[in-house]
Amino acid sequence: MSDVTKLSASEIAALIADGSVSAVEVADRYLDKIAAEDGDVHAFLHIDADGARAAAAAVDAARAAGEELGPLAGVPVAVKDVMATKGVPTTAASKILEGWLPPYDATVVERLKAAGTVILGKTNMDEFAMGSSTEYSAYGPTRNPWDLDRIPGGSSGGSAAAVAAGLAPLSIGTDTGGSIRQPGAVTGTVGSKPTYGGTSRYGLIAFSSSLDTPGPFARNVLDAALLHEVIAGHDRRDSTSIPQPVPPVVEAAREGARGDLSGMRIGVVREFGTTEGAEPGVIAAYQSGVDALVKLGAEVVEVSCPHFSYALPAYYLISPSECSSNLARFDGVRYGLRVGDDGQRSLEEVMALTREAGFGAEVKRRIILGTYALSSGYVDEYYGQAQKVRTLINRDFTAAFEQVDALVSPTTPFVAFPFGSRTGDPVQMYLADLYTIPSNLYGGPAISVPCGLSEGLPVGMQVMAPTMRDDVMYKVAAAFETTQAALVAPAR
Amino acid sequence: MSAISRDEVAHLARLARLAVTEDELDRFAGQLDGILQSVARIGEVAADDIPPTSHSVPLTNVLRADEPEPSLGRDAVLAAAPDSAEDRFRVPRILDEEE
Repeated sequence: MSDVTKLSASEIAALIADGSVSAVEVADRYLDKIAAEDGDVHAFLHIDADGARAAAAAVDAARAAGEELGPLAGVPVAVKDVMATKGVPTTAASKILEGWLPPYDATVVERLKAAGTVILGKTNMDEFAMGSSTEYSAYGPTRNPWDLDRIPGGSSGGSAAAVAAGLAPLSIGTDTGGSIRQPGAVTGTVGSKPTYGGTSRYGLIAFSSSLDTPGPFARNVLDAALLHEVIAGHDRRDSTSIPQPVPPVVEAAREGARGDLSGMRIGVVREFGTTEGAEPGVIAAYQSGVDALVKLGAEVVEVSCPHFSYALPAYYLISPSECSSNLARFDGVRYGLRVGDDGQRSLEEVMALTREAGFGAEVKRRIILGTYALSSGYVDEYYGQAQKVRTLINRDFTAAFEQVDALVSPTTPFVAFPFGSRTGDPVQMYLADLYTIPSNLYGGPAISVPCGLSEGLPVGMQVMAPTMRDDVMYKVAAAFETTQAALVAPAR
Repeated sequence: MSAISRDEVAHLARLARLAVTEDELDRFAGQLDGILQSVARIGEVAADDIPPTSHSVPLTNVLRADEPEPSLGRDAVLAAAPDSAEDRFRVPRILDEEE
């Protein structure tokens, strides 16, 4: 039997469907590999071995009973610890939720279970999804399988590292400003942010509600599309869920895999070309990527999006504002930590002591920043102005998509950086999301696909598409993938 | 000139119910000043006549049928609480003075 930890999700599903291997054998093989190797990587915060074996056994029983299996039945998946999993610890990598057992499943988790995927456990992340390196996890960082002294990206660093290290063939992340795509890029995996509203936020512990989007990580574009199709679709429990059919992403990925983009127009954003601070090696890999798109038959043209350079400041006003409001729910009353309740202190004192002890530095910084941006006297200058700039960025996208089918850029300005190199200066950390944030503000889908190496470390190409045209994005990504050698992290 | 003072950060922390330490105040004041300086250029954009966007999905008044459904069980919810008594959340003292 071939080693299932080296296969793609669709290959694993095919082996299970034809009886070459049982779902329980697959789950056990992954659980063994996690036990042996995750000590180094620390992709997981919690392993649910019993739950995984039970889910796998159910798939094997269904197959034995002659039931038709879904396209990912029996395939293991790792889930970011920001998604609620019934009865399974969910912390958002924060001390304030240590020990919390959610009484319900997120919609994404419900759909993973209904599709017969096998949830291996919960992955590490920056606390409450705020960060680009997983260094802000309260439980210690995840290490990049390509170089254990470097960050795996963030905030979904654990989900990215799990796939890169072969500890899971698929994983779920969330993307608010680039938290799926940037870790995808720096770990050599495919990371996809669906259209905002295309995947449900129900059961996703909220950071910035107008931006938060769950999405897939995988080893290749087709696998990402298969997982996308499983988790996407309207959910009446999320009032911002789009009541439309899921775009035909799997079909588009298969079509793209034929390697023909003739007739498609792809835009390169002029303003990204002049961005300071992008590493020369990243730009070089990206330029070869653009050349590859031309060889596939695409017409590549330059487009101007003049307000993209204001996306980063707009994001760092909008998302902390929403975060300061969302995280008010952690008050030490209904769930999670409570500190200092000695019978003498007031509710307000206990609340302040609980939040001080339970939140890490980056979360506190963003709560204070958001409180400032929303405070009387500043709200028009900061939050209000950022919302207007958001409109202008949306207009840039709309105008660009009148000229082209999709936009491309590097995913992130730099390869995986060494631990500690950006934690001292929050502004330096925020630059990781320079190219990914515009799509979050606009809401359209965007994906990172491996695009060669720089200094031996993975680079990502980002493909951005119009809202609810996730299919266009997968087609371009799958075609581009045919021009690239697969990136496989060095074995340890 | 700094965009935000240490006293302002202390005031904001109080508003946000964060009992920050003196060390944190020193550190956050400098860091938040750096962040605010870097985002201040948002003011360069001439946007007076531009309507704000709060959300990328233009949906309003999303409704669903008003059908009763079972909610989460009381015990399941209270099991997650830091403290409960008599089937209720127990909270710290709310009134300032002894009754």
